[in-house]
Amino acid sequence: MGEVILQMKLIDKSFPGVHALDHVDFSLKRGEVHALMGENGAGKSTLMKVLTGIYTKDSGSIIFEGKEVEFHNTHHAQEAGIVIVHQELNMIGDLTVAQNIFIGREFKKGFMIDDRKMIEESKKLFNELHIDIDPRARMSDLTVGKQQMCEIAKAISHKAKVIIFDEPSAALTEKEIEDLFAIIRDLRKQNLGIIYISHRMDEIKVITDRVTVMRDGSYVGTLITNDCTKEDIINMMVGRVIYEEPKTHSMVPKDAPVVLKVEHLNAGKMVQDVSFELRKGEILGFSGLMGAGRTETARALFGADPKQGGSIYINGEKVTINSPEDAVRHGIGYLSEDRKRFGIVVQKTITENSTLAALENYMAGLFINKSAEKDVTVRYIRELDTKTPGPEQLVVNLSGGNQQKVVIAKWLVRNCDILIFDEPTRGIDVGAKNEIYKLMNRLASEGKSIIMISSEMTEILRMSDRIIVMCEGRKTGEIAIEEATQEAIMDKATRDIK
Amino acid sequence: MTKKKMVISQEVIVAIVLVALYLIFRLISSDFGKYTTFLSMMDISYYYVLMAIGVAFPLITGGVDLSIGTGMICYALAGGYLIRAYHCPTGLAILISVLFGVLIGLANGVLISVMGLPPFLATLCTCMITRGLGSVVTGSFAVPWPTAKQENGWFHSIFKITLENKTKLPLGLIWIILLMLIMQFVLAHTRFGRYTIAIGSNKEAAILSGINVKLYHVLVYVVSGLFAGLAAIAYAAVIKTVQPGTGAGMELDAIGGAIVGGVSASGGYGTIYGTVIGAYVIIFLKQGLPYIGFNANMQQIITGFVLIGAVTIDIIKRKVIK
Repeated sequence: MGEVILQMKLIDKSFPGVHALDHVDFSLKRGEVHALMGENGAGKSTLMKVLTGIYTKDSGSIIFEGKEVEFHNTHHAQEAGIVIVHQELNMIGDLTVAQNIFIGREFKKGFMIDDRKMIEESKKLFNELHIDIDPRARMSDLTVGKQQMCEIAKAISHKAKVIIFDEPSAALTEKEIEDLFAIIRDLRKQNLGIIYISHRMDEIKVITDRVTVMRDGSYVGTLITNDCTKEDIINMMVGRVIYEEPKTHSMVPKDAPVVLKVEHLNAGKMVQDVSFELRKGEILGFSGLMGAGRTETARALFGADPKQGGSIYINGEKVTINSPEDAVRHGIGYLSEDRKRFGIVVQKTITENSTLAALENYMAGLFINKSAEKDVTVRYIRELDTKTPGPEQLVVNLSGGNQQKVVIAKWLVRNCDILIFDEPTRGIDVGAKNEIYKLMNRLASEGKSIIMISSEMTEILRMSDRIIVMCEGRKTGEIAIEEATQEAIMDKATRDIK
Repeated sequence: MTKKKMVISQEVIVAIVLVALYLIFRLISSDFGKYTTFLSMMDISYYYVLMAIGVAFPLITGGVDLSIGTGMICYALAGGYLIRAYHCPTGLAILISVLFGVLIGLANGVLISVMGLPPFLATLCTCMITRGLGSVVTGSFAVPWPTAKQENGWFHSIFKITLENKTKLPLGLIWIILLMLIMQFVLAHTRFGRYTIAIGSNKEAAILSGINVKLYHVLVYVVSGLFAGLAAIAYAAVIKTVQPGTGAGMELDAIGGAIVGGVSASGGYGTIYGTVIGAYVIIFLKQGLPYIGFNANMQQIITGFVLIGAVTIDIIKRKVIK
């Protein structure tokens, strides 16, 4: 490890309603792999976005190679030598691999873009990294894992001094992760500074030299990876929060009836012949890598995407679900991973959101029965313990956890008995996360049946009564919670991938 | 490569449709095959095709430019008025007309890219403004450009020349083909073109790649304005007297042409040669259907259905790729 290349001091950043970063410190040395850890919503990604100029900090300073810097956009940061490999893929699907890698800095021949040279350079780059991808392929034709590799290749080709990996392994198979680690070790040897964000404790132990932990937007501490245990790191991440005890056995009674049965569901490439059953009062976890087809399965089941085949039975009766409207009529509620786009109408009040799916029950003739609407909203604010000054509060002013509660209220008002939670705690801070967990357990014990899609292994193991694992659009395993381990799930989640 | 796509590109389908339309019209109507019919159809086509080439760029970014129809009339009025009222040389008037188009395009670009207005709304506003502006400038009077026989009417020969044996040649077609090739090259092989596709495909990713998306997004509308300006000249060369208050609806034919020619209505894909072929399909329908006994209203209905067909192909294509 060399001298310090990058230092972030007392970085502060607020968004409306959220203090995202509270005077955070971070420092990175040349030739080290530095893990940045914390639960969802701890502020890791925000800190990195401040560093690379996507967000402007409110106060604090960034010192890079001995000079104070402030980047106004990613382009500035790239030119200075700080490159980020984003968690969400930032690829332009309609362009080719080579065109994506060199976008923004194309080789030119006069007026013309020199595509041939870009393809050659991409080939060289892939050869160095031992990646087998055709630079002429259209980006949207590649698998998620390959796209991720392209993104990494693009970052490296920038002649970077600091590379940030924001959860790079979320979409990768074990083989691909090994390749990635080989690349990272190579970069470390070349004396680059590497920031590695991940949730997977095992990876952190294998690849990183130091670990900085964040919690609730604050800096907690920095450890040397070899001198600490997983438990040390987890304690720092979790802090004061006491979590729901992980489940060791299923909470569902043996004779609980099957409320939902899905047989041979097919919908495009991402859902192939998926069958499963859901019992009354059960939390059924759906695990898998990014792009395994879990969300697509839920969307097809919910009628949001067209199906090519399959039958759905609710309480033993065969039903036809061709639209979300059908699904809701049969008592299925869907809580999207992307709340702001699909879950709530942020510029409306809690009341308006709560009754959105069941408005026909709150009509007096042609008009909305405002007082009945308010009564039911207040009831659910109390029952779900939503923190708000009142039912007329605009949803945009609530925190992530409370927004999620409004979505839950919406489906409860509609009397939905089957709830699909897609990444239920994404973007929700640590304290509120546990409340959502408690709420889900309570709903299940009250007889609601829950499908929970989650990319967080801890969440899957903590919440599920039974776990279904998917890989590349197929169901590859079904594990009872008693037998579930992280290894068993990962094994099934990467089973089909060559 | 993953798997080879066996889907025939929409451009090829549309080219076949174009040829088929021509043959059908010829078969049913003997008048349609006449050279004079062909000449007048070419005359009419130039300004539609120019508008279509220009508007293809906003469409590929996932936007739209509704101001090109009334804009074109406004620029033609302005140029013609300068010649009539101030005896401005024709060349200068042409230049000013085209620059006027560029300016309105720039305004569209700034409204959309810098101020963040939705393209539909921003260009709807400039559509209304240009329609009114044309009338205000000319005092609501129609403006005739110089005729081909007048000495300052030389610009007619850009589009059509008469040989010594009295045969007329549609010279404009050559310019159209040339511009088509140039703009196709721009789209496929320059930064501007590539970023146009990138904005339409994934704007967020384009921004995060460090591209000056704001600038390129403005330029896209400048190109659209530029071609509306060029269309104004083609219009003045064909329609002898420019009427204020007209032009609304012409943009829809141009946009329809681009979409028929395979430009994705949701952005991210399109070709200029497809656009030109698609625009000619619309013009053939417009001009040809009356020859086989359909009136203007029927022709609108049929064009509408053709558009639905084209957009459906686009949607199916996207689903198959997914």
